[in-house]
Amino acid sequence: MEQSVLAAFAWFWNLFGWWDALWALVKPVWPVIWIIIKIVAILVPLLLGVAYMTYWERKIIGWMQGRIGPNRVGLWGLLQPFADGIKLFVKEILLPTKADPWLFLLAPVLAIAPALAVWSVVPFFEGGALANLDAGVLYVLAITSVGVYGVIIAGWASNSKYPFLGAMRSAAQMVSYEISMGLALVCVLMVSNSLNLSDIVRAQDHGMFRDWGVKFMSWNWLPLFPMFLVYFISGIAETNRAPFDVVEGESEIVAGHMVEYSGMAFAMFFLAEYANMIFVAAMVSIFFLGGWLSPVSFLPDGILWFFAKMTIFLFTFLWLRATFPRYRYDQIMRLGWKVFVPVCLVWIPLTGIWMMSPFNIWK
Amino acid sequence: MSARDLIQTFSLSELRQGLAVTLRYLFAPKITIQYPEEKTPLSPRFRGLHALRRYPNGEERCIACKLCEAVCPALAITIESVEREDGSRRTARYDIDLMKCIFCGFCEEACPVDAIVESHILEYHGESRADLYYTKQMLLANGDRYEAEIASAREQDAKYR
Repeated sequence: MEQSVLAAFAWFWNLFGWWDALWALVKPVWPVIWIIIKIVAILVPLLLGVAYMTYWERKIIGWMQGRIGPNRVGLWGLLQPFADGIKLFVKEILLPTKADPWLFLLAPVLAIAPALAVWSVVPFFEGGALANLDAGVLYVLAITSVGVYGVIIAGWASNSKYPFLGAMRSAAQMVSYEISMGLALVCVLMVSNSLNLSDIVRAQDHGMFRDWGVKFMSWNWLPLFPMFLVYFISGIAETNRAPFDVVEGESEIVAGHMVEYSGMAFAMFFLAEYANMIFVAAMVSIFFLGGWLSPVSFLPDGILWFFAKMTIFLFTFLWLRATFPRYRYDQIMRLGWKVFVPVCLVWIPLTGIWMMSPFNIWK
Repeated sequence: MSARDLIQTFSLSELRQGLAVTLRYLFAPKITIQYPEEKTPLSPRFRGLHALRRYPNGEERCIACKLCEAVCPALAITIESVEREDGSRRTARYDIDLMKCIFCGFCEEACPVDAIVESHILEYHGESRADLYYTKQMLLANGDRYEAEIASAREQDAKYR
């Protein structure tokens, strides 16, 4: 990868005959430049994905409600995200008089930074991760937990009652669902015997069904089906999406922690929410649906399979939002603590027993 | 909790039913009317912008009886009458303040000569309150402009009255 990019640069600058002089200058800092190129290659598609996620959300929810959705800006409304973006960009960022100005402006940064930083360990294809960490899962859990600070600080710094209520709710909700999320991952870690996300994908690439050619049957979703559901539903709760969006429940507390924000500061929270959604979809694909692996053995593996799996889960996010009414706050807590945590605690020893038994399929 | 309930809960059967409904609607035909290009049909009884009509010979219908002014629940109509040279009673002033009007149609019902009518026009605007204060000239102009449509709407509704 690095060699072919370098070759492309060399070819381009050699058109002017400048390559040798340029390379002599650039060579000492090339590792840094290469990392920046990879960051751009991840973040630009990600932010475009976020922009079009807002478009598809409005379209799909519209269709499910018998409406058409945005169709005025550009062909089929395809330029709508840019119109929204420009609007938010030129709007004034209001600073409430009684808000704590530093924390108020720090909160959106704290929301978006972890949402973008987690993408550094995601393996898009074989060897295609920015940082191939051996403790990748740990990194993911740690960085996504930081995201809750953005919400809590926003609620606190706004010095207003609805943001404060929203922040209290999110603190409780995101912490609770992190537990069931982590416990669901314990099963995945047990069967794949690694914390490295690439190894977790590779571990799903063997087994009886794979040798028969139906590779999708040997992915983790089948043997760990309850954990697959628990992880995905917890992921929805973790990103504060409907039907678990009490944090910004419009009918109760207006927009929760985002009430006092306007313009780009508001857009930051929005970007973070959608980047987190896409991230949860990516994680479910990696942990339970074999990441970049092809579902059948006669088709090659590749990044397109990864995107296809993410698309399915992103659609499910929107589908759930269009279908279910919002949970009551205490029902959310009950689901997290009294259903998901016990289910996980039962399934972990079951998986352990399965692995120790002669029927172990993960050897 | 019986075993059946437990199976139902953990197989998410009710959630799947709900998801099936929304998935069906995803592909169902959409009912949106794209307003400026497409419009819903209007009843001939539709009560929109007011108009004062004339007889085919050009004489204005209004005889300044002031029944509309009397019946108007919003007190939106102001009429002043004068005696014309030929001795007939006519309005000197006939104003409707659309900011007050509630479009109840009582003026139209009260009128003995079908002079004041509410037309099918619903797309009009004003940039200040004064723009929506319609004088006699403006109302007569409305009547002249939309006479064909107004007459046909009255014609269609006549048999139900």
